[in-house]
Amino acid sequence: MRENVVIRTVVRLAVPFIQIFALYVIVHGASGAGGGFQGGVVFASSFILMTIAFDLAYTRRRIGSRGTMICSALGIAIFAGVGILCILYTGNFLEYGVIEAALGIPHLHGYLIDLVEAGIGITVMAVMTSIIYDMANRGGRSA
Amino acid sequence: MIWELDFALLLFMICCAIAAITVRDLVHATIILAGYSLIMTVLWALMNAVDVAFTEATVGAGITTVLFIAAIARTTRSSSD
Repeated sequence: MRENVVIRTVVRLAVPFIQIFALYVIVHGASGAGGGFQGGVVFASSFILMTIAFDLAYTRRRIGSRGTMICSALGIAIFAGVGILCILYTGNFLEYGVIEAALGIPHLHGYLIDLVEAGIGITVMAVMTSIIYDMANRGGRSA
Repeated sequence: MIWELDFALLLFMICCAIAAITVRDLVHATIILAGYSLIMTVLWALMNAVDVAFTEATVGAGITTVLFIAAIARTTRSSSD
């Protein structure tokens, strides 16, 4: 299957559009359908498509095990950081309104929601990709 | 909501669910389960739950199919009992 030029070309063309759509779903999640989880899964499915059409090593060159580990920790750090920042501004966890009231910037809570959604999306993308790496990896080598 | 369309989708969904647990080949069962997920997506969208439909389409039809096929590739393909 790896020699089939149709599959390789279609995947090469489709993956950028899937990733742009995933970013759109993450950013658009506050006002419509979608959100961090769905966007992260769609982003991870683009890596799955690359793994199916090409090779595991081809996808690992794009995002390796170290990359997925760093991304999964980074997304949680963004989520918890925004939540704890709200506590430092004497609000509840993820109560964005207190930061907006303290700094006086309009629509700040919308940007903070997008930031939290981006953190969720990064974590979901990294964890889904690492699950697929472990499942598709044959023979115990887990570098 | 058109009840004929709804009835047909539900009937087809039940057929898919029964077929997925009765078929012998595990890869066939996985693909039938993906079809079940697709019908479930249409049903969620008909019930105005677009967010749930989106999750069902991405996780149900996308990720779990790949995970099942990866798991089948590491074990045997058809049951022996």
